[in-house]
Amino acid sequence: MTINPQTPMGLAPEALFGGFAEAPVQSARAFRALLEAMARPGTIWQVEGAAPPAPLSIAAGVAILTLCDGTTPLHLAGAADCLAVRDWVTFHAGAPLCAAQGAMFAVGTWAELMPVDQFRIGDPDYPDRAATLIVEMPALAPTGPRLTGPGIRETVHLSLPETAAFRANRALFPLGFDTLLCSGDQIAGLPRSTHVEDL
Amino acid sequence: MTDQAYNFAYLDEQTKRMIRRAILKGVAVPGYQVPFASREMPMPYGWGTGGVQVTAACLVPEDRLKVIDQGADDTTNAVSIRKFFQRTAGVEVTEATAEATVIQTRHRIPETALSEGQILVYQVPIPEPLRFLEPRETETRKMHELEEYGLMHVKLYEDIARHGEIATSYAYPVKVEGRYVMDPSPIPKFDNPKLGGNAAIQLFGAGREQRIYAVPPYTQVVSLDFDDHPFVASKAPHDCDLCGASESYLDEVITDDQGSRMYVCSDTDFCATRQEAGHHGRLGVPQFSSKKIAKSLEGFCAAEGVTE
Amino acid sequence: MYVAVKGGERAIDNAHAWLAEERRGDPAVSELSLAQIRVQLKLAVNRVMAEGSLFDPDLAALAIKQSRGDLIEAIFLIRAYRTTLPRHGASNPIDTAEMAVDRRVSATFKDLPGGQVLGPTFDYTHRLLDFKLAAEGGVGPVATAPATQGPVPHVTEMLNRDGLIEEAPRDDTPPPDLTRTPLELPASRPLRLQAITRGDEGFILSMAYSTQRGYGRTHAFVGELRIGAVAVEMEIPELGFAVEIGEIEVTECETVNQFKGSKTEPPQFTRGYGLVFGQSERKAIAMSLVDRALRWKELGEDFSGAPAQDEEFVLYHADNIQATGFLEHIKLPHYVDFQAELELVRRLRAETMAMREAVQ
Repeated sequence: MTINPQTPMGLAPEALFGGFAEAPVQSARAFRALLEAMARPGTIWQVEGAAPPAPLSIAAGVAILTLCDGTTPLHLAGAADCLAVRDWVTFHAGAPLCAAQGAMFAVGTWAELMPVDQFRIGDPDYPDRAATLIVEMPALAPTGPRLTGPGIRETVHLSLPETAAFRANRALFPLGFDTLLCSGDQIAGLPRSTHVEDL
Repeated sequence: MTDQAYNFAYLDEQTKRMIRRAILKGVAVPGYQVPFASREMPMPYGWGTGGVQVTAACLVPEDRLKVIDQGADDTTNAVSIRKFFQRTAGVEVTEATAEATVIQTRHRIPETALSEGQILVYQVPIPEPLRFLEPRETETRKMHELEEYGLMHVKLYEDIARHGEIATSYAYPVKVEGRYVMDPSPIPKFDNPKLGGNAAIQLFGAGREQRIYAVPPYTQVVSLDFDDHPFVASKAPHDCDLCGASESYLDEVITDDQGSRMYVCSDTDFCATRQEAGHHGRLGVPQFSSKKIAKSLEGFCAAEGVTE
Repeated sequence: MYVAVKGGERAIDNAHAWLAEERRGDPAVSELSLAQIRVQLKLAVNRVMAEGSLFDPDLAALAIKQSRGDLIEAIFLIRAYRTTLPRHGASNPIDTAEMAVDRRVSATFKDLPGGQVLGPTFDYTHRLLDFKLAAEGGVGPVATAPATQGPVPHVTEMLNRDGLIEEAPRDDTPPPDLTRTPLELPASRPLRLQAITRGDEGFILSMAYSTQRGYGRTHAFVGELRIGAVAVEMEIPELGFAVEIGEIEVTECETVNQFKGSKTEPPQFTRGYGLVFGQSERKAIAMSLVDRALRWKELGEDFSGAPAQDEEFVLYHADNIQATGFLEHIKLPHYVDFQAELELVRRLRAETMAMREAVQ
């Protein structure tokens, strides 16, 4: 694709950079990390290849490039809903931007995503039609609340922003949203199936 | 070498994203069948297109891929699928279960225990465990929604009433994490105990029926049964005639027209590895391996037109 | 790189080589060209385009050659190719009222504006083998008439003016795409039509025939059948208007169905619709009958249990690529499952025998 900063789309030139340079291979590696993260809740994985504009983390950028496209409405919450991110998402993923209620994906800090019960939790006959929240975290560490459930051999610990909302979400199972937690180039998964307990 | 005319792992990026999203939702709701817009693949529906699409969405260039059919690496369809990914993804291939990072399988779970970092991709013909009890998708979907699995228990119970035991020997239904009843694909029920608590990620792809589902590692998977008729993982009451294994699933091979038979491991890698380690069974002379048997069948396979 | 050298691999390669030789056949016989297939086996090409869901006569001809004339195999080749093509956008709906008609007949009116045009049809030919064709006889010049001028109005529009037929208001909602989203039931009419138009001709024909014989009868008349070329236009966002990107040949059939009214609808004629790539007359008529049969719910009719009324049955079984793949996969090895069954039957027999002996 030829890149012309004067495209009629009216994007800022910065928006044209920071995508995957070699999408088929980079998105494949990124997906494997996301798959491991979601299949082994609480484990922390490193990803690379995206350089999204602030305030998005590398990991959130990688998740968007790997999973979002023109068929997946994306909600930008709080500071993420800025011109630079809107342009970057539009150019590199083509995801239509939308309000929280219609989103398949949403990105922002935990506080910005509140209240999380505004997101889709799926339908009783199609529980897959639920949102995936990409949560920007100040840091990720294997400490804090205890996680148990599918994907976890015994127990693991993960520095979650809170526990009450995740417990409420687990109570909805098989409905509920799924969560990817991002910090810098690190990512961890918290599917709706995970039981979360305060220590 | 990757065939430059095609994208890495054949599928276009948009298709892979769609499949990847379905896989992640499947992982988040273990045992639930996620609908996905299966594509026409260059091999026929029913020949592993679901597994191939899932594998294509998972592969990275660093992977070592193993493909088995009926437990064997050298059955024609396994060869065809392995060749497809060598050509379109340029990945390394292997027969050794322990060395593989992604294993695509039809009808078996390898005997060698899987480990973290491995993905087992199942080819699934009919993903709906309730389908033969209720042909309508609209009905079975409702039954899953309401956890209405009474019909399945009635069917199993009728078996017991008529035959004294549950007369399902493969594709034996399981319940995942106490919620969804799931079809484990047509693996023999001997393999069912390996579904639960497995260290690997297990992904199931049904191309024609447009469904993907998953069993994450260390997930509870229980074969349906009754207190007075517990599930039994059965196999032929023999040892492998080549490697002497007593705990592996066996194929029965007819060796002459007088009804003579031999029993050999269906998992060819498992059997060969044991033989190399010096184990041998009743007929286990070193030059007589299961690979040789597969080879002797090749003329038969070609004549039958099994070309893809 | 470690390559697993396999007996199975050589068997496959050899089988493919043999297949290629069989495809060519006796080299003393001259080879078929794609142009010959495209021009002289046009109806086969049309079927491959229709069920392959790709309008490209050259590729369809290639697929027919490669598949040795096995049309389902050819359709499969086209489908597998089609699915790899990038999507640049969606065209505007074609306007069949603007069709340059080669054939246009109505069974409901003796004559009508635009006239009846028989066109190149097998109808009224006597089905006698023409041995002259075996001698490669050429065709002399045929009479021509001036092309029809201007749009040819649809018969159903004429009935609509009198309020005798159900309204079919224009709906600009983008239709769902069967090839990009998994089939979900209940299906909307656009989705059903998509599934039927690429469904197997034989299956759709049998379904339509079953409605005529009373399994979900719809009392269909062919209001109009038209075949001809229509322009395909696409909106180009950068230009702000639509440009013609090509021309395709289609067959359109609209049935007019007797309808005595239901709990929700007044007595009026209702519609069934068929639209198929190329000259595919049998398929278009069959499609319109099956479409009408599937509309029982929206017209407030009763479900009589007929297969052609059963959306799930029709849509899940119409696709010959899905059907043939699954059907033929049973020739793949199944010895693991068979072994499990063998053990089960042996065990059950042993138990029965033991019980019999105990009784004796």
